[in-house]
Amino acid sequence: MPIMQANTPTGIVGYGAYVPRYRVPATEISRVWTDGVGGVPIKEKAVAGLDEDTITISIEAARNALHRAQINPALLGAVWVGSESHPYAVKPSGTIVAEAIGAVPHTQAGDWEFACKAGTEAMQAGIGFVGSGMQPYVLAIGADTAQSRPGDALEYTAAAGGAAYIIGRAEESLAEFEATYSFVTDTPDFWRRPQAHYPSHGQRFTGEPAYFEHSVSAVKTLLMELGRSAKDYNYVTFHQPNAKFPQRAAKMLGFEKAQWEAGLLSPVVGNTYSGATMLGLTAILDIAKPGERILCASFGSGAGSDAFSLLVTERIAGRANMAPTTQAYIARRKEVDYALYTRYRGKLSMK
Amino acid sequence: MTVEIARHWRLNSQRYSLIGEECPACHYKIFPPRDVCPHCAEEAGPEFHFSGNGTVFSHTTVHTPPEGFEAQSPYTVALVKLDEGPMITAQLTDVDNGAVEIGLPVEMVTRKLAEQGDEGLILYGYKFRPQMAMA
Repeated sequence: MPIMQANTPTGIVGYGAYVPRYRVPATEISRVWTDGVGGVPIKEKAVAGLDEDTITISIEAARNALHRAQINPALLGAVWVGSESHPYAVKPSGTIVAEAIGAVPHTQAGDWEFACKAGTEAMQAGIGFVGSGMQPYVLAIGADTAQSRPGDALEYTAAAGGAAYIIGRAEESLAEFEATYSFVTDTPDFWRRPQAHYPSHGQRFTGEPAYFEHSVSAVKTLLMELGRSAKDYNYVTFHQPNAKFPQRAAKMLGFEKAQWEAGLLSPVVGNTYSGATMLGLTAILDIAKPGERILCASFGSGAGSDAFSLLVTERIAGRANMAPTTQAYIARRKEVDYALYTRYRGKLSMK
Repeated sequence: MTVEIARHWRLNSQRYSLIGEECPACHYKIFPPRDVCPHCAEEAGPEFHFSGNGTVFSHTTVHTPPEGFEAQSPYTVALVKLDEGPMITAQLTDVDNGAVEIGLPVEMVTRKLAEQGDEGLILYGYKFRPQMAMA
């Protein structure tokens, strides 16, 4: 059977979001590069401040997850950070995050990489760690300060943000993992070589053979193995490289707007890469009620998709307001123009 | 270089998480940690985790920063009165420099303080921002 289920049931014990304060409107990018001609893929995207990076985003999301989990951080058996923008090429983001939240020294820490699905990979590994009884809790984070070449199509959407999940045993969970499944092939739709500052991509090739083939296949297989269909779920969220792709994937799989709109954040925060699917899930958990089902499917270029089926438990009650909600972070916004954006993103050569 | 690494490494817990001490004799909350309680002169004592909440006591905006802090200039530095008592100096973040007022409720966040050039360490530590609403 291709779907993955731990011998001991597991779930989400705590979750936390983080979105930076700054926003650059897509029309501002269009003003600079196309004289405002043509459509834009989203309304605006979140931009990290001068003192923010994947590590600071991860720390705040992790602290929010701990507030909601109400557990001792020293019990975290692993602190894993999935990202394609780790501040160091060699030196783990995970150790700094673990130190900052009080998880050291009796913990496992490390970094994960699989384009935009690095964080959900860490979640799957966390299910294995906890489900096998090796550790009581695992912290899995997906966070990015995404890079994009000035003037490239990606510049409209490449954003910053992240989310953190504490995975523990099902009986302590706010939402239980019913099953997870991964669909992976060697599909070169998007990549970045070690010395390159900006990523390259296959233009339209990123759509059908990459995003849609992997995301839709992952969800279809998970639903088939569970004997379910789209109507069995209250909410669904996908990877969100723009506003259009996740809506189209939802339609292809038979989901309605009422199921996907709560988790669709890309129009107002952009593509937060490793944070994207995981932030969609935090936004859903903020409003979910006991007994509701959530389906979530990430996508990482290269390529693969991780799909999860979740059942919300009665322990969700009262947890949303134990830390800032995803929508509270989205509402906290300061608009910047293209000039400030280029400074914040380090796109100005100083030497 | 080695001395510099050790100097910053020793400050990790206080810089990342605002961990100070509580005097076992008079229960004065101490930050940064030190050998002797500044309130009663007894030996300082076990670790104390500050909540990170406080208010701005005074502030100024730095336009001519010291070496190593140019990248984030201009920035506002404040004296922050922590809810547990101590007053500390820290940068403010996520706030417009002209919008800071005395008495502003703030909360601690961990952010980048400075980078030691393109090949050196990235230094992280506490800053304060206006307190966020939960929802």
